[in-house]
Amino acid sequence: MAVVAFVVFLLLYLTPGDPAAILAGDAATVDDIRRIREKLGLDQPFVIRFGEWVWALLRGDLGTSIFTNLPVTHLIAQRIEPTVALTVCTLLVAVLVAVPLGVIAAAKAGTWIDRSVMGFTVLGFSLPVFVLAYILIMVFSIELDWLPVQGYRPISEGLWEWLRHLILPSIALGTVYMALIARITRASMLDVLAQDYIRTAQAKGLAPGAVLVGHALKNAAVPIVTIIGIGIALLIGGAIVTETVFAIPGIGRLTVDAILRRDYPIIQGVILIFSGAYVLINLAVDLSYMFFDPRIRY
Amino acid sequence: MKKLVRAVAGLVMGGLIAATLLPGMAVAQQKVLKFIPQADLRILDPIATTAYITRNHGYMVYDTLFAMDAKFQVKPQMVDKWDVSKDGLTYTFTLRDGLKFHDGQPVRSADCIASIERWAKRDALGQKLAEATDAWSAVNDKTFRLKLKKPFPLTLEGLAKPSSNVPFIMPERIAKTDAFKNIDDATGSGPFKFVKAEWVPGNKVVYVKNTDYVPRKEAPSWASGGKVVKVDRVEWIYIPDSATAAAALNAGEADWWEQMPPDLIPLLAKNKEITVKNIDPLGSMGMIRFNFLYPPFNNEKMRQALLYAVNQQDYVIGIAGDPKNGKPCYSYFTCGTPLASEIGAEPLKGKRDFDKARQLIKEAGYKGEKIVIINATDQPIVHSQSLLTLDMLKKLGLNAEIQSGDWGTLITRRAVREPLDKGGWSIFHTWLVGPDMVNPGVNFPIRGTGDKAWFGWPTDARMEQLREAWFNAKDPAEAKKAADAVQRRAFEFVPIIPTGQFILPTAFRSNISGVIIAPIALLWNVEKK
Repeated sequence: MAVVAFVVFLLLYLTPGDPAAILAGDAATVDDIRRIREKLGLDQPFVIRFGEWVWALLRGDLGTSIFTNLPVTHLIAQRIEPTVALTVCTLLVAVLVAVPLGVIAAAKAGTWIDRSVMGFTVLGFSLPVFVLAYILIMVFSIELDWLPVQGYRPISEGLWEWLRHLILPSIALGTVYMALIARITRASMLDVLAQDYIRTAQAKGLAPGAVLVGHALKNAAVPIVTIIGIGIALLIGGAIVTETVFAIPGIGRLTVDAILRRDYPIIQGVILIFSGAYVLINLAVDLSYMFFDPRIRY
Repeated sequence: MKKLVRAVAGLVMGGLIAATLLPGMAVAQQKVLKFIPQADLRILDPIATTAYITRNHGYMVYDTLFAMDAKFQVKPQMVDKWDVSKDGLTYTFTLRDGLKFHDGQPVRSADCIASIERWAKRDALGQKLAEATDAWSAVNDKTFRLKLKKPFPLTLEGLAKPSSNVPFIMPERIAKTDAFKNIDDATGSGPFKFVKAEWVPGNKVVYVKNTDYVPRKEAPSWASGGKVVKVDRVEWIYIPDSATAAAALNAGEADWWEQMPPDLIPLLAKNKEITVKNIDPLGSMGMIRFNFLYPPFNNEKMRQALLYAVNQQDYVIGIAGDPKNGKPCYSYFTCGTPLASEIGAEPLKGKRDFDKARQLIKEAGYKGEKIVIINATDQPIVHSQSLLTLDMLKKLGLNAEIQSGDWGTLITRRAVREPLDKGGWSIFHTWLVGPDMVNPGVNFPIRGTGDKAWFGWPTDARMEQLREAWFNAKDPAEAKKAADAVQRRAFEFVPIIPTGQFILPTAFRSNISGVIIAPIALLWNVEKK
């Protein structure tokens, strides 16, 4: 985390762009910008700025947004719920659809079912998220008027309101992950289904479903869980397009907006939070291996 | 036991349904205007920035001493009566009754003085007023006085300035903040109150009706007249994606979209529930800005050459998409306003004369110096102008290239005063709303004050003399004559090249009425059925 903090600060220091110029507006003069830089402390040398930031960080203070004057922790707290909700719903949609599809495709390898599933996964990979999002909005929001076009409602405003605002974004964002997980599941299952112990289970007269789920899927789970874990990490920061198209105030948009405006405290804060989250997710994924494969010990 | 289980289950279900529906019902009882603004509100301080979205926020929460009406006349707003001494050196202002800030405190003379003084540190017209000012003083809580060192005929015009920076009145405790420090307390005395607890930057800004606000009796005209609020709550919903914003308006999730890109106009115009309208009588003006410090545009003839090559019609179509949404404007002052004229504009008008342009380039002694256009691809108005200028320069045989980035990079880079090999630039493009170019006082790109001038840093003592003459004009006829002289000089010196006047229409649903025709989206007087 310390390395991340230093590298992020250094990169932002070296990146062209001046928040004082953006804050001052189009009509400002060079002198206006200089005076704003002084007020913001942006004229200080790297060592002093980095030292001040680290000192504040050690006291749990991620700083204050240059533009909104709001604490970075407050801005991140505002955005956490939509991002977590979108991530969870997307993963649920993706896993609940993709794992059975992958299992079925593997079980029916070489048949039209397998080819259909693989065709769907190719489509899922190929279709850009924003195109799918627009199609979903056109069909379900404009034509059928079933679901809202945009926005997010916190769960405190009602369960159904919360859910209906997440259905289309979750499908739009989840499709590519469905494709990814389905393909990994299929490949992993095909590998396991060729093992001797599967043949033994089938020879013992176990029902095909029991063989697939109880014996094959559990043994194929490690790569699937790995890809799901990577998916979570990617989703947290990678939902920018979905958040933009559906106007969801999530962490992804907060980051992009901050980058475009050179709002350094937000960028630094978000990246630190992201890196912490990635570490935790990877830890959880690694620990889950022990459950799926008792041979794995740390 | 079964009855108990059923009762508990019923209570739980009832609770869930109530939790689902009640919050929505509470809001549904209010009249909520859902407005998609042109940009995201990030900065609350309308003095610290000239960003138009912050100016619009300012109009929601603050009030002004004076305001300009649709006939460009200065009208009192917070001021009840005022008096000017015969020598023009003393102005005495008395505030209206019943003016209160959102924190319940009365608006006092001290608040007005502190606010105007802070504004005058940042705004160009305010700075001119400050130069002429001897002292501001409070006579009592409702009456205050401005004593000038020399007559400044534009005093009231300055206090009624409609666009950035607008001299909004804040409480003294806030207005005492350094003018270069961004304030975060939006307590004003305007028709709406800002709800900071519900502000989600990048997503939503909430205002509620200020029930203590006492509107003037006159009909609204631009930012003057009665600011009667006819909704309980206004939600600015920032939707960054244009297609989504269009879909939200189509689906009735928003009531009003402030500015739409031209390509979406036909889509929305098809919906009978939506009115697509131009409510901005002045539009905006695009422009090419040069770097006056380095070759080749430190040479007047090079700049003059481009006047013969720029085709405003191309720029208007490039920016606005449809000729109906813009028109050429061969003036340094916003077309459709009193000082606009075509005096001296011959090189920019009529058939484009590339031969004449090439002749001037030759006379300028152009030796193939590189020309760098800095471009922002995330700003369509800047991007389209940049591409058109690049094409024009190449047709003229100039050694031009475009260097693209985002808007944040452009406005940082344009502040670089170094030559090209050290990160400098030759040309950038931008635009200003009509009110920012109506006269030589607010039109900052034409200023020739060297280091203190806008990016590009032209030095033109003659222009400054002519501007000064305009500031000192004693009557409208004299002011018009002085403005004509400024324009004539501008077409000789070429501080910028205007690229035309364009309009980005607004769209609102048919249940919305009372939208004020003005160069700024003003949300009072708007009714939602």
